[in-house]
Amino acid sequence: MLGGKSLQIATRALGTTTVFDVTGDIDLANSPEVRKALLGEIREKKTPKVVMNMTKVRYIDSSGVASLVEALKASRDVGNRLMLVGLSPAAREVLQLSRLLKIFEVFDTEEAALAG
Amino acid sequence: MSQGQLLRVELPSDPSMLCVVRAAMERLTEVLGFAEPEVRSVTRAVDEALTNIMRHSYGGALNRRIELSCLRVHKGRAKNGEGFEIRLVDYGPKIDPAKLRGRKLDEIKPGGLGLHFIRQSMDTVEFRRARGANVLRLVKYLAREGRDGN
Repeated sequence: MLGGKSLQIATRALGTTTVFDVTGDIDLANSPEVRKALLGEIREKKTPKVVMNMTKVRYIDSSGVASLVEALKASRDVGNRLMLVGLSPAAREVLQLSRLLKIFEVFDTEEAALAG
Repeated sequence: MSQGQLLRVELPSDPSMLCVVRAAMERLTEVLGFAEPEVRSVTRAVDEALTNIMRHSYGGALNRRIELSCLRVHKGRAKNGEGFEIRLVDYGPKIDPAKLRGRKLDEIKPGGLGLHFIRQSMDTVEFRRARGANVLRLVKYLAREGRDGN
């Protein structure tokens, strides 16, 4: 694969919550990284609350949305929570187009998600 | 270059190229006077169409040829019928038209959303098989508010 603008995923542990700070566009080139990070935290570590901070994600495609849906289903299976924070207009639009916006727990800020 | 043609490129079926094409689509549609939501719609549709070609038509191979061309088009004689057409050509196997319908959104499950995004984002979506190639034609017309007289 050619070298491209890579996605960065930083992890912060805040008590029983893990926050993923994601920077970059999520598309076919890197959505498997997002999927792996989320499913590892939800299925293997069974972290009670996982926050996906998307403040610095300008674009997400259908493969990225599929990764989020898979993570949401996994979180429901194990009885924990997946929250999305700081959706860009493009990210909000794809969730609306796929009728998933109301399925996810979506917050404007990290503070609101942590308090939720 | 033929009349109305704005851009013509060949790219490999490598997902690392997606961000490059998105950047080009954003700039081009901005220059043509599309409003921000329409810029995002066109960019999303082209990105999803390329993703489908890379995944399904070429089965994940990284070095197959994709041709992308962009044209300025007019819808009849209507003044507000200015638009932007994107043609994507790949040389993968013939696609079953039944697979181009997309899935229903009633069920919450991953996958199958790309075609839905394309159809929701563009005014015209046409697919045909021609001379051993799959040809996808996407058109987006300028909304009145978005026109700047260019």
